[in-house]
Amino acid sequence: MTLLSVRNLSTHYAGGRGTVRAVDDVSLTIEPGETVALVGESGCGKSSLGKSLMRLVEPTSGQVEFKGRDVTAMTSGELRSLRRSIQMIFQDPFASLNPRQTIRAILTAPLKVHGIGDTKRRQQIVESIILQVGLPADSLDRYPHEFSGGQRQRIGIARALILQPELVVCDEPVSALDLSIQAQILNLLVEMKNRLSLSYLFVSHDLSVVRYFSDRVLVMYLGKIVESAPTAELWADPKHPYTRALLAAVPDPSRRREAAPISGDLPSPHDPPSGCRFHTRCPLATDLCRSEAPDYRLFGTAHAVACHHTN
Amino acid sequence: MTALLEVRDFSVAFGASQPVKGVSFTANPGEMLAIVGESGSGKSLTALGLIGLLPRHAKTGGEIRFEGRNLLAQSERDWRRIRGRDIGMIFQEPMTSLNPVLTVGEQIIEVLRIHERLDRKQARQRAVDLLELVNIPEARKRVDDYPHQLSGGMRQRVMIAIGVACNPKLLIADEATTALDVTIQAQILQLLDNLRRDLNMAVILITHDLGIVAQWADRVMVMYAGRKVEEGLPEPVFTDPYHPYTRGLLGASPRAESGHHYRDGPLIEIPGSIVSATGEKGCAFRPRCPSAQASCGFAVPALRQIAEDRLAACPFTPTRFVSQIHDASLRS
Repeated sequence: MTLLSVRNLSTHYAGGRGTVRAVDDVSLTIEPGETVALVGESGCGKSSLGKSLMRLVEPTSGQVEFKGRDVTAMTSGELRSLRRSIQMIFQDPFASLNPRQTIRAILTAPLKVHGIGDTKRRQQIVESIILQVGLPADSLDRYPHEFSGGQRQRIGIARALILQPELVVCDEPVSALDLSIQAQILNLLVEMKNRLSLSYLFVSHDLSVVRYFSDRVLVMYLGKIVESAPTAELWADPKHPYTRALLAAVPDPSRRREAAPISGDLPSPHDPPSGCRFHTRCPLATDLCRSEAPDYRLFGTAHAVACHHTN
Repeated sequence: MTALLEVRDFSVAFGASQPVKGVSFTANPGEMLAIVGESGSGKSLTALGLIGLLPRHAKTGGEIRFEGRNLLAQSERDWRRIRGRDIGMIFQEPMTSLNPVLTVGEQIIEVLRIHERLDRKQARQRAVDLLELVNIPEARKRVDDYPHQLSGGMRQRVMIAIGVACNPKLLIADEATTALDVTIQAQILQLLDNLRRDLNMAVILITHDLGIVAQWADRVMVMYAGRKVEEGLPEPVFTDPYHPYTRGLLGASPRAESGHHYRDGPLIEIPGSIVSATGEKGCAFRPRCPSAQASCGFAVPALRQIAEDRLAACPFTPTRFVSQIHDASLRS
């Protein structure tokens, strides 16, 4: 059974300068054991989408189903139990760890909230998870500021996994870390995925990391998913002009000093372009692209693209 | 060719701690030199030293010769004439380095009028020219914008315009593209590359992104715990890294072009963290090094020439480097 299924989800923010369509009519699925990456430039709506799935941000319309249960219709009590199954790992774990609590207190809190075990059992769980994420047991009685960035991310991972979730939304979990630490954390995430049969939604702007870490990739541009494909296939045969530009922009030693693939910036999400939202930066844009938004069409079995020029 | 910049045994100390421990390198006119390292490597302090912006209580040692003058001996008065005119700098976060209450034009004009005799009208025209030089569309209109009215990429272009306003001979770019999206990052790097050619300006690119170095730099030096551990041309350094730290960095970085995937096997980790170098007597990388030997703890290994244009600070000859690319193809 599909783990997570999202249909026509939109999240709009009302603000002083009008409505921002951060997520606009997005559909996606995540299967058990799958790692799905969500990529795109800052401001494309990828973090809003991640948060909307868990209703940390309330979606404006559309449907989210987790194992067949309608998340969008859940009461707050039902939502709390859902959050046992869907957890989140953030970019900066320091901002999400209470500086006045010991690691033990931080890790015990979710167990208490969900009424898991008695005091003794909770201690056992906490001691087991801290070792699993590669920190010594005596870390439990220390405070967040005593840890380095990589160690804090291990604590963030321990907190997300302590409830044995089935889906973990990882929002840029390694982008603040040094290269040598990044590899340690990615390896840990893979190890935990295998051990606990997790699925990940991996929100990232780092395409090299995505190529290594994901099974399938969704490419997002100004609130819309423009392409979706299995990871290796996306790199072998990127179809959307935006995807091609993104991949070509990744620094690559074999393209010494080659020209930048696309010019211009992401247009303002307050006032997205008409028709296909990418047409202002697209080398293939025609009148059709300026007037009409392309349908999201399937090519083959698992590769979908929203572009008038793909065939 | 005489070097534009010659750094000899440069060190920075704060009390008992010495985050930069004697670094030497040169930069030639028109050259793009990359300094690579992780947090704690000393790369940013080295950059601040080059532009005379180290905190007052920092104790420096060694020499930084720029066109023959020792920059470390300049007074704050002298520095005001060098900084911005001879040596420009751009930082990671343009939003915090630009003044939010001045238009971008005013900020460019300010730099121009400090260093050059220009009236307001000439200065304004130069500001517009500079914005055009860094490819800002509608420069004549944008010159009156405030920083918050511009996107991140445009702000970074403004920073570059300020950095190159007086045609500096050396531009220091400290993680200047780190906060930007890849498509914008590629545009900015291309712009820097064009500018250094057009202005025959040396660029010191400080970054942690090995892909950027491989694609854009003429020469690369790798720093670890306050010292240079390897230096050479990017291609040989990255295809056949010598120092175990350089090898570790390359092994640890997922590289899209290798096709390596998590289902094929884990990334090669560098165990531990740079903190473990604190108080090490010998090689600072020893606690994390897979080929460390007892002798590595006796003394800091000297940099030695291992090939033409190639330095490394490790006494052992490594076995042939097998990258992830080979690994992945062997597995499939």
